Amino acid sequence: MSWEVVIGLETHAQLSTTSKIFSGAPTAFGAPANAQACGIDLALPGVLPVLNRGAVERAIRFGVAVGATLNRRSVFARKNYFYPDLPKGYQISQYEIPVVVGGTLDIVLGTSRKTVRLTRAHLEEDAGKSLHEDFHGMTGIDLNRAGTPLLEIVSEPDMRSAEEAVAYAKALHALVRWIDICDGNMQEGSFRCDANVSVRRHGDERFGTRCEIKNLNSFRFLERAIEFEMRRQIDVLEDGGSIVQETRLYDPDRDETRSMRSKEDAHDYRYFPDPDLLPLEISEEWIAAVRTTMPELPAARRERFVEALRLPEYDAVSLTGSREMADYFEALVAALPDQPKLCANWLMGEVSARLNRDQIDLAQAPVSAVRLAGLLKRIADGTLSGKLAREVFDALWNGEGEADEIIERRGLKQISDSGELQTIIEQVIAANPKSVEEFRAGKEKAFNALVGQVMKATRGKANPQQVNDLLRQTL
Amino acid sequence: MNELHLASAAELSRLLARGEVSSEDLARACLDRIERHRALNAFLDVRPEATLAQARAADRRRAAGDQGRLLGVPMAHKDIFVTRDWASTAASRMLEGYRSPFDATVVERLDQAGMVCLGKLNCDEFAMGSSNENSAFGPVLNPWDTRAVPGGSSGGSAAAVAARLTPVATATDTGGSIREPAAFTGVTGAKPTYGRPSRWGMIAFASSLDTAGVMTRTAEDAAHVLSGMLGFDPRDSTSVDRPPEDCARDLERSVRGLRIGVPKEFFGDGLSPDVEQAVRQALAVYEGLGAELVDISLPNVRLGIPVYYVVAPAEASSNLSRYDGVRYGHRATDYGDLVDMIKRSRAEGLGAEPKRRILVGTYVLSHGYYDAYYIKAQKVRRLIADEFQRGFASCDIIAGPVTTSVAFDIGENASDPVSMYLADLYTVPGSLAGIPSMSVPCGFGKAQRPVGLQLIANYFEEATMLRAAHQFQLATDWHRRVPDGFA
Repeated sequence: MSWEVVIGLETHAQLSTTSKIFSGAPTAFGAPANAQACGIDLALPGVLPVLNRGAVERAIRFGVAVGATLNRRSVFARKNYFYPDLPKGYQISQYEIPVVVGGTLDIVLGTSRKTVRLTRAHLEEDAGKSLHEDFHGMTGIDLNRAGTPLLEIVSEPDMRSAEEAVAYAKALHALVRWIDICDGNMQEGSFRCDANVSVRRHGDERFGTRCEIKNLNSFRFLERAIEFEMRRQIDVLEDGGSIVQETRLYDPDRDETRSMRSKEDAHDYRYFPDPDLLPLEISEEWIAAVRTTMPELPAARRERFVEALRLPEYDAVSLTGSREMADYFEALVAALPDQPKLCANWLMGEVSARLNRDQIDLAQAPVSAVRLAGLLKRIADGTLSGKLAREVFDALWNGEGEADEIIERRGLKQISDSGELQTIIEQVIAANPKSVEEFRAGKEKAFNALVGQVMKATRGKANPQQVNDLLRQTL
Repeated sequence: MNELHLASAAELSRLLARGEVSSEDLARACLDRIERHRALNAFLDVRPEATLAQARAADRRRAAGDQGRLLGVPMAHKDIFVTRDWASTAASRMLEGYRSPFDATVVERLDQAGMVCLGKLNCDEFAMGSSNENSAFGPVLNPWDTRAVPGGSSGGSAAAVAARLTPVATATDTGGSIREPAAFTGVTGAKPTYGRPSRWGMIAFASSLDTAGVMTRTAEDAAHVLSGMLGFDPRDSTSVDRPPEDCARDLERSVRGLRIGVPKEFFGDGLSPDVEQAVRQALAVYEGLGAELVDISLPNVRLGIPVYYVVAPAEASSNLSRYDGVRYGHRATDYGDLVDMIKRSRAEGLGAEPKRRILVGTYVLSHGYYDAYYIKAQKVRRLIADEFQRGFASCDIIAGPVTTSVAFDIGENASDPVSMYLADLYTVPGSLAGIPSMSVPCGFGKAQRPVGLQLIANYFEEATMLRAAHQFQLATDWHRRVPDGFA
């Protein structure tokens, strides 16, 4: 009997505010240890938290984007536990009444679509960092990250494969960047996932016992951790064992998950409403004001690309992978309204490959949409062949100016003057009597060789179709 | 000016204004007295250079034309307020020698008003206690009788004002920590509405109850100091955004026609006859002044103590978690791993009472107990607050005893926390409701120990409460009595 995996994700998205959620200290990454921790972050005696309005606004943006309910009144609670990098001995989070409830996120896997339900999203502060490696026999504490605003986004257990979980995480990652609430930088920990994984026999109604895998900070680790965990659980169950509810850590070096703590020694966090903070009240007007600043969302844009531009679903999904990508694409289409498919092909093909090769983002690409459009126009109007177009693209990428200048400078324009071409064809025929003879004897291959010679003589600038026609005529 | 120490802040303010004394002279005189009466153990940190620098600054401000009412008047801070210039310890071994990089808002505001700080006052550790016996730095003695406790947690503030070491002291009240010691030492102690004084820089005990206030010789002084102390502070999310207010504006208005509610529950079993007699006489004074006594009933106030001893320890257990020896404060010298370091640091740094409350608080917040204790307590807290609102429908102010008895002896209740907790019986309900209340000296009871009259007003009605107190003090002289040896 086969097994089914059930996955739910808890994602921590670091909100892109310039200051912390309850203090005025900056949130920028990479400062010297503790340079960005103020008295509030250090939990000095007598300090008090004051909520960052920008963090709430970002939570509202998220709620609007996923079609969730925004609680008009939500409550900050204290989650109590001792840890050296948790300065107050509690984390301020939201527990019983979070700011965002419900909502959905669509994921696309190949040609199939799925709607993942969200349970909730709540605001909370991040803890600091314990540094065990750099100090012999001691532990260093860096509180720069302490108090950084996080939105913890909890999904329902709606995913049924590691691929679905990754697709969900990618869609969520794209969305939080799209709506400008999180920079999505996974290396810096701005976007990290905990995966709740369980398995059950196909057809079972009840969920199996789940394990939570903590702190997965890349899509690849997420996928591999789930796959390992799935296999581990199936192995245990098939050997007649049972799954123990526990928290596990994924070790990418050994590609395995390891037990961190079991449910028995789980903390009793003693949640209670934080008496230092009043309930968070969000007015209709505030939500309405935020709504007016929302960009067109990826799903709406995807649909428009399919409906209005007649792009295949696959292309539309790809092009709405990020707001930069979609904006770039729309800038191309604005310059070439009749050629959406050509624009899509180049963006998803040449441009994406080049970004991958150079390990950069679209925002850092050396070729702007306007410059690329200049090149695509010359393809569309037949000035450039595909091969030459790639040469021009190389030059564009190297910053050699506008497409037309490059074409002019390098003399790459297709020879479409039939008189000029005729002269060249006659020269080729004269120089290759053997091939001409073979062609006349019925060998089609010999014809192709002659075409090749013409193309060589024109250094690829001739229009192949035109060469074909003229050569056949002349012969 | 040999009698300077007997003067109220208002009187000193007039002397300063007339140039009959300088702030520096006043500060020196107070510092001398503090030194002379060190045996009271009222002060934890005195730094004459810091005090004199403030006094000279006040004199310069006056020379430049500043005529602020509080300018140059000496005062001292309970060691729950953090200060840059004096150590801030909350009377705990955990914070021994701790220097704050910032001043509490209350400290800042009184400093801006030109008051001159004499140092930091002893109290119960983390403001937990009703006798000041819980200070890590030793008990404070009651100037009226050094065998007696001065009350707590603001015992140092009360003793210092009663012994005429300072005319003004800040204090904090969570369940009675201003009113009870004020009653035990015969001084005037006022707690304003929760949310009016900023809690920024107040070392937290129970955040939803902690309220800054004052101890003074007179209600008039309390009114002026509170006017300088209260006000919106954006650094405290529970601070009330209201325009500044002159709490002294109604002092001179007579109490004729003022309706004084007398809750029968404040005069039940457990109230000592000597205290009852003094309080009844005070009520008679009000009647004589034309006030109207109204019998009211507050049946739920009897639940105040159990509610308080769930809510306050719950919040305290969390508030005190930051004292882990990691970033500041006491760190054990001998430990195994990180968890062990935190455990040992706390075990060594925190005293018995904070530990007791952390245990109680941790218990009531635990999974499976939270609803039965914490949620239930919050519901009853709401009932008590609502009950006061119904009470104020038929009166302008509520009056009764502050404590069930006069000050008890040092050591008398020390081994029985529950009977110690009952000392807060009449003060806790007002704290739970967050309404202003105060203690006014109204006579003497057993062993010639002082008795306090409690006045409780509705939200933001400090001016009415202080007016009632001031009018009482115009008609009586209990507040002018000085303990033997301190005149």
